[in-house]
Amino acid sequence: MIPVCRTEDLPEGGAVRIEIDATTPAIAVFRSEGALYALDDRCSHQDASLSEGWVEDCQVECPLHAALFDLRTGRPSCLPARRPVRTHEVTEADGMIHVRPAAREPAVREDAYA
Amino acid sequence: MRTVTVVGASLAGLYAARALRAEGFDGRLVIVGAEHHRPYDRPPLSKTFLTRRPPGALSLADLRLSDREEEDELAAEWHLGTRATALDTAGRSVTLDDGRTTRTLRTDGIVIATGAAPRTLPGPPLAGVHVLRTYDDARALRAALHDGTPRVVVIGGGFIGAEVASSCAALGLPVTVVEAAPLPLVPQLGPDLARICANLHADHGVRLLCGTGVKGLRDDGTGRVRAVELADGRLLDADLVIVGIGVRPATGWLTGSGLRLDDGVVCDAGGVTSVPQVVAAGDVARCAGARTEHWTSATEQPGTAVRNLLAGTTVARHTALPYFWSDQYGTRVQLAGRHGPQDTVRIVEGDPGDRSFLAVYESDGRITAALAVDRPRPFMRLRRRLVADAAAPCGPPVAPAAAPGADS
Repeated sequence: MIPVCRTEDLPEGGAVRIEIDATTPAIAVFRSEGALYALDDRCSHQDASLSEGWVEDCQVECPLHAALFDLRTGRPSCLPARRPVRTHEVTEADGMIHVRPAAREPAVREDAYA
Repeated sequence: MRTVTVVGASLAGLYAARALRAEGFDGRLVIVGAEHHRPYDRPPLSKTFLTRRPPGALSLADLRLSDREEEDELAAEWHLGTRATALDTAGRSVTLDDGRTTRTLRTDGIVIATGAAPRTLPGPPLAGVHVLRTYDDARALRAALHDGTPRVVVIGGGFIGAEVASSCAALGLPVTVVEAAPLPLVPQLGPDLARICANLHADHGVRLLCGTGVKGLRDDGTGRVRAVELADGRLLDADLVIVGIGVRPATGWLTGSGLRLDDGVVCDAGGVTSVPQVVAAGDVARCAGARTEHWTSATEQPGTAVRNLLAGTTVARHTALPYFWSDQYGTRVQLAGRHGPQDTVRIVEGDPGDRSFLAVYESDGRITAALAVDRPRPFMRLRRRLVADAAAPCGPPVAPAAAPGADS
């Protein structure tokens, strides 16, 4: 598990972006409706950071083109995104939030817009 | 309506086709595209498409806007590599030319989404001179940029020019940008913020020459460009010239159709032309007196236009807040809203000196628009607020504490 931040550093509606290493895509951790979620940070449509998006009702809206992703599944619920982003396991204990990056075979094909 | 023809197979055309099916149109759907390619996304063409190594790392497949599954669901008849050459509004038909044969297609409804074409310089075409609009343009430009270390002159300091200059700088090429106006992007950003954005060029070693037009191009005697001659007499050596001086809406094929053309297809606020069976969307459409060339407009206008087309009258109007973004020199510029030349500008967060800030445009104590440089999160908050308040009788009040929905 990889430490993300302290509990108080991720309030409701907030997001934190973490970079793990050069080969692992950055992960965004969100808190929405009281629960924590972790997704690949980069929008599957174009080069934008979902951690900078708008979080509401277990969804995040991409800051660039307003594509919506379900925080629970990583699936886009509206255009322009058509491909899902990967989800990751996230835990909260003793005042700390941790994330376990998903295995490497991507649900998303190699993205075009890096 | 039994047949609807969407003329134009780029962003607005694809969104129109999607909207037709989403609105329940189950008749014959014909999509006509002048390019040979299925719909693809253009914004990366001036950015990562040019810079990603090895050249060619980004392919057309990476840019596709739709996939096979969706295209099957659309159940459309695709005519690619085919130009519409005429529209007969009385006879309800469109003439198509695929380069070999010409034929006439009967259609009950038309969505015009032919976009725009880059303006070019007068004079004979020279090797080494490029425009950038299509995938084919971008592929040719990419090959030229990666062939040795060409000296590049970009004519026009607008968004395309700035993004291409930024890509050239990222490739380590010497670049000069020539802008006829005293400062680029003043109509889009206003003078204060245009000045700040213009500084991005110098920050990254790109020379920006303002206030001088281009007199002409010099060739080397073999039909290849070798220099750009400025109106003030200066001569800029150039191995590669990129012309980014704006676009003309692609309306040539509509001459004689009876539709009103005036820098675009003249439409009402819902994208409907003087003929209710003909609507327009995207770069080609002049809706209620305004033509926009934004990616977001091309995704938002087709839905409204298609609803009106199917209703046979204007039942919906475009209400979306204008929004665009530009990636230059590793920074992201975003602008939302409508500002006027008299609006004042206030920096509300960050510092232009750091190339990271959020600014608002204000008029009569109200925020009319917001511009951010590398401040995506607060920008999004403000953009949502502008959208939410757009329906209100006046714009949002300046004092953030009093803004309805500011923190919702």
